Amino acid sequence: MKKPFEKIVAEHGPTVLRVCRAVVGFNDADDAWSETFISAMKAYPVLPDDAVVEAWLVTIAHRKAIDIIRVQKRIAIPVGEVPDRPSPVGAPRSTDHEIWDYVKFLPEKQRQVVAYHFLGGLAYGEIAEILGGTTDAARRAAADGIKSLRKTFAGQDLKGASQ
Amino acid sequence: MNTDTKGEREISDLLASTAVPTVETMEQLHRRLEESAEQAKILDVAYTTIDTPVGTLLLAATENGLLRVAYECEDLDKVVDTLSTKISQRILKSPKRLDAAAFEIDEYFGRTRKRFDLPLDFSLSSGFRQMVQKHLPQIAYGMTESYKQVATIVGNPKAVRAVGTACATNPLPIVVPCHRVLRTDGTLGGYVGGLAAKTELLNMEAAA
Repeated sequence: MKKPFEKIVAEHGPTVLRVCRAVVGFNDADDAWSETFISAMKAYPVLPDDAVVEAWLVTIAHRKAIDIIRVQKRIAIPVGEVPDRPSPVGAPRSTDHEIWDYVKFLPEKQRQVVAYHFLGGLAYGEIAEILGGTTDAARRAAADGIKSLRKTFAGQDLKGASQ
Repeated sequence: MNTDTKGEREISDLLASTAVPTVETMEQLHRRLEESAEQAKILDVAYTTIDTPVGTLLLAATENGLLRVAYECEDLDKVVDTLSTKISQRILKSPKRLDAAAFEIDEYFGRTRKRFDLPLDFSLSSGFRQMVQKHLPQIAYGMTESYKQVATIVGNPKAVRAVGTACATNPLPIVVPCHRVLRTDGTLGGYVGGLAAKTELLNMEAAA
């Protein structure tokens, strides 16, 4: 039996917001979240009982994020790859959303895969279905994304932790 | 474990542990969802809870009217689950639609209101039970009827037990005043909110 939609919002709302923040950035995340949940609520009655709700929500969030990214691209110059130079946003701290400031500089696909896998909890196979391409390609994009992030964070907070 | 895997785990832990949205952020987004769902006409059931002298009450409404009033002793989570199953899964905690009902119930407990003037949605009952429940608001504030009298008034004098069931399954207690129905000997009978609540309501109305 499917849960009341109120419970769906309570259980998955925070995760979906973090996925949105990772993919479209902090400022547009609220819009992406809102559009995701209103779409989800419309479709909820016909969602099969055995559907994996979080994967379903992340899939909707992905579609909404694409729309938002399209608008962003029209107004901002995209960054093709993580800049291999001193941090453009200051030293990262582990307290708030700085890591998203870095995720934001990943190429679009890496950013999506990192968000859907590490935050949305989607398997690489599921991500491949959403993004197109193969499972291996999704896994590679995630590995590349994490590697870039690690490079960015090298010498920062994480150095101590990894020794 | 090589350092790359280790580094990857640290990054993913960092991703997982940072930027957890605050409660305030989630509440804000929830309110925004309530508004857009109402506007898009997909908020099939809205509910909220209010505090009253007889404890916390859950109020739920469709677009047609007040659908449910529930006492805490009915297990409010279970009440929401039942509304989701029986009426619609598109249900949100959204106090705004319940403003008028909450206001009138507040006035009732403040003894400044003797009749409720709210659109009611009787979707949760049917047949004889619904007929009985629709009669109950005609029992005036401070007055009572017996189960037997109600059975007679709705045209089935022998259906005393069925009237009892109709009162016990009233989806809208307080607003549909099943507490004003007593046994023929004047004893309380039963009540969905517990006998203490029934006594309190009757005493309050008698004192007015």
